[in-house]
Amino acid sequence: MNWAPLLLYLAAIALAPLLGGVIAKTKAFFAGRTGAPLLQGYFDLAKLLRKGAVYSATTSWVFRAGPVLSIGAVAVALALVPMGGTPAPLAFPGDFLVLAYLLALARFFTVIAALDTGSAFEGMGASREAQFSALAEPGLVLCFFALARNADALSLSAGLGALSPGAWRSHAAVLALVAAALFIVFLAENARIPVDDPTTHLELTMIHEVMVLDHGGPDLALIEAASWLKLWVLGALVVGVVVPVRTGVPVMDGGVFVAAMLLLGVAVGVVESAMARLRLLRVPQLLVASGVLAALATVLISG
Amino acid sequence: MGAFLAALGLVVAGGVASLLTGRRWRSRVAVAGIAAGSLCGLLAALRVLAGAATVALHVPWRVPYGSFSLAIDPLSALFLAPLFVLAPAAAVYGGRYLEEEHGGGAIGGVWLFTSLLIVGIAVVFTARNGVLFLLAWEVMSVAAYFLVTFEHHRDEVREAGWTYLVATHLGTAFLIAMFLLMARAGGSLDFDRMRLGQASPALAGLLFGLAVVGFGTKAGLVPFHVWLPEAHPAAPSHVSALMSGVMIKAGIYGLLRVLLLLPPPPAWWGWLLVAMGLVSGVGGVLYALAQHDLKRLLAYHSVENIGIITLGLGVGLVGAHAGLPLVALAGFAGALLHVLNHALFKGLLFLGAGAVAHAAGTRDLDHLGGLGKRMPWTGAAFLIGSAAISGLPPLNGFVSEFLIYLGAAAAALTGRGATLAAAVAGGAGLALIGGLALACFTKAFGSVFLGDPRSPHAAHAVEVAAALRLPMAALAAACVAIGLGAPLVLTGMTGVLAQLAQGFGLPAPDAQIATLRSALAWVALASLTLLAAVALAVLARRFLLRGRTVTAAPTWGCGYAAPTARMQYTASSFAQPLVDLFRPVLRTAAFGTPPSGAFPGPASFASATPDPVDRGLYRPLFAGAAALFGRLRWVQHGRIQLYLLYLVATLLILLLWKVR
Repeated sequence: MNWAPLLLYLAAIALAPLLGGVIAKTKAFFAGRTGAPLLQGYFDLAKLLRKGAVYSATTSWVFRAGPVLSIGAVAVALALVPMGGTPAPLAFPGDFLVLAYLLALARFFTVIAALDTGSAFEGMGASREAQFSALAEPGLVLCFFALARNADALSLSAGLGALSPGAWRSHAAVLALVAAALFIVFLAENARIPVDDPTTHLELTMIHEVMVLDHGGPDLALIEAASWLKLWVLGALVVGVVVPVRTGVPVMDGGVFVAAMLLLGVAVGVVESAMARLRLLRVPQLLVASGVLAALATVLISG
Repeated sequence: MGAFLAALGLVVAGGVASLLTGRRWRSRVAVAGIAAGSLCGLLAALRVLAGAATVALHVPWRVPYGSFSLAIDPLSALFLAPLFVLAPAAAVYGGRYLEEEHGGGAIGGVWLFTSLLIVGIAVVFTARNGVLFLLAWEVMSVAAYFLVTFEHHRDEVREAGWTYLVATHLGTAFLIAMFLLMARAGGSLDFDRMRLGQASPALAGLLFGLAVVGFGTKAGLVPFHVWLPEAHPAAPSHVSALMSGVMIKAGIYGLLRVLLLLPPPPAWWGWLLVAMGLVSGVGGVLYALAQHDLKRLLAYHSVENIGIITLGLGVGLVGAHAGLPLVALAGFAGALLHVLNHALFKGLLFLGAGAVAHAAGTRDLDHLGGLGKRMPWTGAAFLIGSAAISGLPPLNGFVSEFLIYLGAAAAALTGRGATLAAAVAGGAGLALIGGLALACFTKAFGSVFLGDPRSPHAAHAVEVAAALRLPMAALAAACVAIGLGAPLVLTGMTGVLAQLAQGFGLPAPDAQIATLRSALAWVALASLTLLAAVALAVLARRFLLRGRTVTAAPTWGCGYAAPTARMQYTASSFAQPLVDLFRPVLRTAAFGTPPSGAFPGPASFASATPDPVDRGLYRPLFAGAAALFGRLRWVQHGRIQLYLLYLVATLLILLLWKVR
């Protein structure tokens, strides 16, 4: 039995909160602050898991279904992502569609859980989330199409597995387009600047954070964990395209992959420090651009 | 065939008996007839799907070009199955619904027309002769007209009925033209004896065009869809469920049946279907987003789903033409499975909408809210339907969209030129449709069932009767079952896929079906893993919260202590960003007076999104036609002597023409 995929899966679950810490540390560096410790994500989870719960009297079981479905869906989605050249635990023709729609399932339940509170703020966030994710979807799917066409195979593991440093020499333009499109989707889907600002203080301007205002305790812990995992899932796709290092030794490949993931965290921190958030009306243009880039990449690959 | 004929007989007998019996039994005999008939029909269909040989009946008929021939081949059986599943569910629901809404009294011929609608659809799906097909088509269409105008005391219902009647007959006119041309070129209107294989490309293209317009009108493809958002909301909910779930699929069936009769499809047929599917899919879901009326929203989603089915057929044709069997099979399998799935979840959603309208007295999304607590069963069923129609795993909507996606992705692997363009457009379009459908159904479910009630009606709603809940629960269970058991369902479709592969000149599709089945088995595994993971998370939370304080508090309002239900986000506000973004397509009009000044007085806001195709295309067209025909009005003067003169003159001309 090949244990590498399973070990990487567990490593991803264990390391996902660290990625958030790396992003925060990078931003603190740029701002000239000390910043929260690298392990703040773990501390937050531990704190939340020790708490009781307060539910809004307006809510029903739908509100409680949101966090558990999110974490469940994202945990399965993570099992579909190949890491460091190792095929994913679940790899089959069309697996990328299951990945995309599991994320959609998590979103569906996060959105209706937000609407269940009857709060105008959460409704506003839910509305924006639904809008932006609908526009991000074509870009994501077309990136998968491009990877499939490049590898002549219908599974994500084969699509990313076919890449190598050599591919960057021969297909640089195409891979750069795919990487750019994926990076935009990665930022948008994970509520990052320039689409959303996870550290904003004003409910009116939030997207993702405002949807989960009423969750607390273990529910919030599940939501936080799900968003770390989602960051890892989409990040692993970006890293898989940008750093297709193949040493042939699984441990080395895994190590390179994890290092690249942490570097991606630094990159996100740099983007967040160097850019302002886009006006909400401009976000759709960015998302459409990712779809166009991915479509262009698909067409440019000679089949 | 015996079981099928028994099914037709039982359904009609139930409808006729309901006219003859007294008030108390009226609904019961009809429901019993439909249920018993559907069971027989379902058995007949399943037997063919399970691999039994095609059954046929051929009786000579003294009608020019006509013969009374029926046959159930796998394609017919696949369309019959959802009919005979949805019909009893809708009938059980309708029996109780009519009794509660109309006191069981003035329900007139509603059951007769319901049974005629069911029988009409069943014969459309099995007819093997053009004349018989058109006859059944008319029975189906006219029965549906009487059902749509059931509440004919309301102006807007009569208006909707007219729109529907005009649209369906215009569509039928194209079909009549198509069948006449087919009869002339093919030598017969019996489908089995029609020889169109050598038809010229021009003739074949013409026939295909007529079929797209004629069948597309019934199916509700943009731009022939304008009757759909009028007629579905007007009809009683169980009838909307039948119409949207099964009747509009007659258009898809007809298109497929005619495609099988025509010569091998050239490339542009596939491209046209992909393009029309995309336009209908994206257009349908966008118009749905802008609606405030729950049933109108669902009606537009039928346009969207018909678009997805057509897209699947288009991908299939593109694959067949390009010699890519996996693409073709995935496209066809996805389209056909979506026919079945859409019948289940759309039937469920219409029944749910009926329950909401019945309990709360309104279908306006901006006046509902909080029904999930008051109607937990309806809410849960509607949620399953909403997730299914948004194409989310582990439900049935996902598996059929998955197959169509897979077809498009497979075409993107090796396709070139137009094939690649169709694949990219198909994949991106499906993704956009899926994302927008998610936005639309979070809006619909959220504003109806979640939060606090936005009106006294909604606050006083109570759960509907068990006879209304049971059909919804059954359909919801079917959505879950097909989602998890998709590989088995695909096995049941082997016969149909073989039939289509043969019809479109592809090799025997065993290898492709095996590939698709194994992909679906993996999907099912992922779905089961998902359910296990969610169950684990539920248990973990229960374990963590054991013995800790769990309290209730008001929703966080940034410190504001006196929130009211009117402060909630409404359906209109939820959809506003997307509606604004697509303003050039939607042309939503806003009315009202905005608040102004430092001490604003009363303000109001309302918006409406009338169908732009109707407003921009059909209304000017029909106004022009009316003006033109108005010039002929002098012929109609009301003098009976002159009418008699017309008669004599016509007869004379005919006589002269004959003896010439």
